[in-house]
Amino acid sequence: MGANSLQAVLDAGQPVAEHRPWPRVVVTAETWNALAEGLAGGAWTLLGLWGEVSWVHLAAHEFASGFIGVASLPCPNGQFPSVGHRHPPAQRLERTITDLVGLQPVGNPDSRPWLDHGRWPVAHPLGTATPRTEPPPPYPFLLAEGESLHQIPVGPVHAGIIEPGHFRFTANGEAVVRLEERLGYVHKGIESLLSGATLERAARLVGRVSGDSTVAYALAFARAVEAATETTVPDRAHGLRALMAELERIANHCGDIGAICNDAAFALMHAHCAVLRERVLRASAACFGHRLLMDCVIPGGVATDLPTDGINVLRALLAEFRRQLPPLVDLYDNTASLQDRTVGTGFVRPALIQQFGCGGVIGRAGGQAFDARRQPGYPPYEQLEHEVPARTDSDVNGRVWLRISEVQQSLTLVEQILERLPPGPARGELNHPGQACEGMALVEGFRGDVLVWLRLAADGTVVRCHPRDPSWFQWPLLEAAIENNIVADFPLCNKSFNCSYSGHDL
Amino acid sequence: MALIADFLVQGCQMLLVLLLAPLLTGWVRMIKARLLRRRGPSVLQPYRDLLKLLRKEVVLADSASWLFRVAPYLIFAALWVAAALVPTFASGLLFSWTADLIAIVALLGTARFFLALAGLDIGTSFGGIGSSREMMIASLAEPAMLMMVFTLSLLAGTTELSSIARFILTADVGLRVSLGLALLALVMVAIAENARIPVDNPATHLELTMVHEAMVLEYSGRHLALIELSASLKLLLYLSLLGCIFAPWGMATAGAGLTAYLIGMTIYVAKLAFGGVLLALFETSIAKMRVFRVDQFLGAALMLGLLGTLLLFVSRSR
Repeated sequence: MGANSLQAVLDAGQPVAEHRPWPRVVVTAETWNALAEGLAGGAWTLLGLWGEVSWVHLAAHEFASGFIGVASLPCPNGQFPSVGHRHPPAQRLERTITDLVGLQPVGNPDSRPWLDHGRWPVAHPLGTATPRTEPPPPYPFLLAEGESLHQIPVGPVHAGIIEPGHFRFTANGEAVVRLEERLGYVHKGIESLLSGATLERAARLVGRVSGDSTVAYALAFARAVEAATETTVPDRAHGLRALMAELERIANHCGDIGAICNDAAFALMHAHCAVLRERVLRASAACFGHRLLMDCVIPGGVATDLPTDGINVLRALLAEFRRQLPPLVDLYDNTASLQDRTVGTGFVRPALIQQFGCGGVIGRAGGQAFDARRQPGYPPYEQLEHEVPARTDSDVNGRVWLRISEVQQSLTLVEQILERLPPGPARGELNHPGQACEGMALVEGFRGDVLVWLRLAADGTVVRCHPRDPSWFQWPLLEAAIENNIVADFPLCNKSFNCSYSGHDL
Repeated sequence: MALIADFLVQGCQMLLVLLLAPLLTGWVRMIKARLLRRRGPSVLQPYRDLLKLLRKEVVLADSASWLFRVAPYLIFAALWVAAALVPTFASGLLFSWTADLIAIVALLGTARFFLALAGLDIGTSFGGIGSSREMMIASLAEPAMLMMVFTLSLLAGTTELSSIARFILTADVGLRVSLGLALLALVMVAIAENARIPVDNPATHLELTMVHEAMVLEYSGRHLALIELSASLKLLLYLSLLGCIFAPWGMATAGAGLTAYLIGMTIYVAKLAFGGVLLALFETSIAKMRVFRVDQFLGAALMLGLLGTLLLFVSRSR
């Protein structure tokens, strides 16, 4: 450990008891600023930034050592030194803290609200929760001025059935000069709902933060609860959880590959990928009783064990994929008109990806070989052989290929899990906390790393839970990806990112 | 008496194109769905959609002017007349003597002009994007189309379609390179003009990539029905044009009698069905091109038309 490692910086603070598995320390403003410096200098990356009444918490991850830590800064005056003014990825998170809790980041260059559009009945729902009386002021979009520039507002209601989000393009004819996103239309108050919820209800809620990665979210929540209560989960549960997570990954990646091609009007890939995705969903329903595997992962284990013929169903699924995937990959690779659209489109600079600590497909297609299954890692992946595919082309084509490679990796993982699935119970009893305790977990979903941090009361209810979607660090990069592209290529870039609106808006 | 019969046959043709147009659209959609392993809606679905739209209320934008309301009727009228001018099941009908290929190009241009104006009229950004893209495509497609017309007229000595069809039917035409080039040019123009893949995607929901759909986004009710019907008519028109010029076999001549007309009609429907299958096959096998590649695509069509004309001069000077 060097003198400037994340651990060394955090050692200056007061460790908080009963926070597992990684340390949480109460820090001074000075250490807080040192942490922000480290983030800005790229020594470690931001995992999360969230608030509570008169507290802000910052989770950081140092890739070199694998060290993860949480710093908590007390804010008795309702203010904290802004991380965002040194480290831009934190800006939207800080604006959210202001919206939800009411704490002011001092020095944040962007003081506009983010999730709060002024339509909630109360202001600062996680803080003072004061009833709102005055109508919201208009939201000022960032300026882009110049001769022949014009604005194109898109959304939040789109022509297709997709989630709502507003995109403000400033374009010069077809060339995009600037894109500004405005999100928050699907804010559901999940964090408020989670406060005071029982574990059972909280698990269901967290599993619905972003419906397409319900396994990843449920798993992150379960792992955080198990860390907080020091519960050991049976080995079979680990295997089944990984099985579900990989099935979810395969299904979503198949859907995405097809959807990206469909945005280039190549419906053939879309149709075939949709068939493959449907096969996974049906196998999931046959094995675990739910097509999307909702509520299948619960704290303590899994809700349903694999039925006796489940292994055969999954082996048949694998065989089907082995047969049908290669021709599809060839079709993608050999369709010149499609390659013409995807190659070179939506390039994101790898330096930017590194700065934002962007995980998932977008990160790995841009040289950031980060996968939560490897680092920090969680069972059973350390016993399984798999590669973390990474590329450096960082364009739409790269992201499609990365998804293809990940599907292939996940298929080998499913095969290995099925081979080694240990016998025994699929769920265990949760330890009763007995005292207030805290836990956190980082889980690799199909979009990237899902972080869940929570604090449990002595009676086992949730005091505060913060789920952080990988999209927080991916949405801003979409604004960068579309620069120098043409307006008509935006759907392609957007689909290759496939960020979550719901997970982001909470 | 003969005049009344001529009128009747011409009226028959006008009704035929109007009634067949939605069927052709439904047919292409069905073939595409089958190619994608979907069952797809019935071929009659476009008729149902049109009826549904006709019964629906028209929602007008506050900023819409009289132009926006009038445009669908003008577009529909221009396209219907244009579609009725192309010989379908019989050549030499009443109208064919008064109008020729250049008139058809002009009618299509008029319809497009009003559609682009309507897209701009309501002042939304999508309408503007659609109109500007449409005009870019048109500025390249029209010269290519005219080049093709020149090639044909040099060959056949006329721009009048019935005569061209009869000329092609004569035995001494043979295989001509110029004709092949003109066919290719016309197919490319037809794809661009009908907003088909790879130039535009008729089935897209992505506002930012639309061309034709972006211009008509604000239309609803009977206005939208007319626009949709016009789009179907346009597709039918181009397929009829291809059939009439490059495969006029089986076409009845004026005054040939009912049986000949019926045979001509059956063959015409078969030609349309075949064209629809080819279109669906092509559209399924290709992705949409970047907006700025369209000029290369249509530039190639223009060059093919030009090459066809030049080759004619070269071969004649021999």
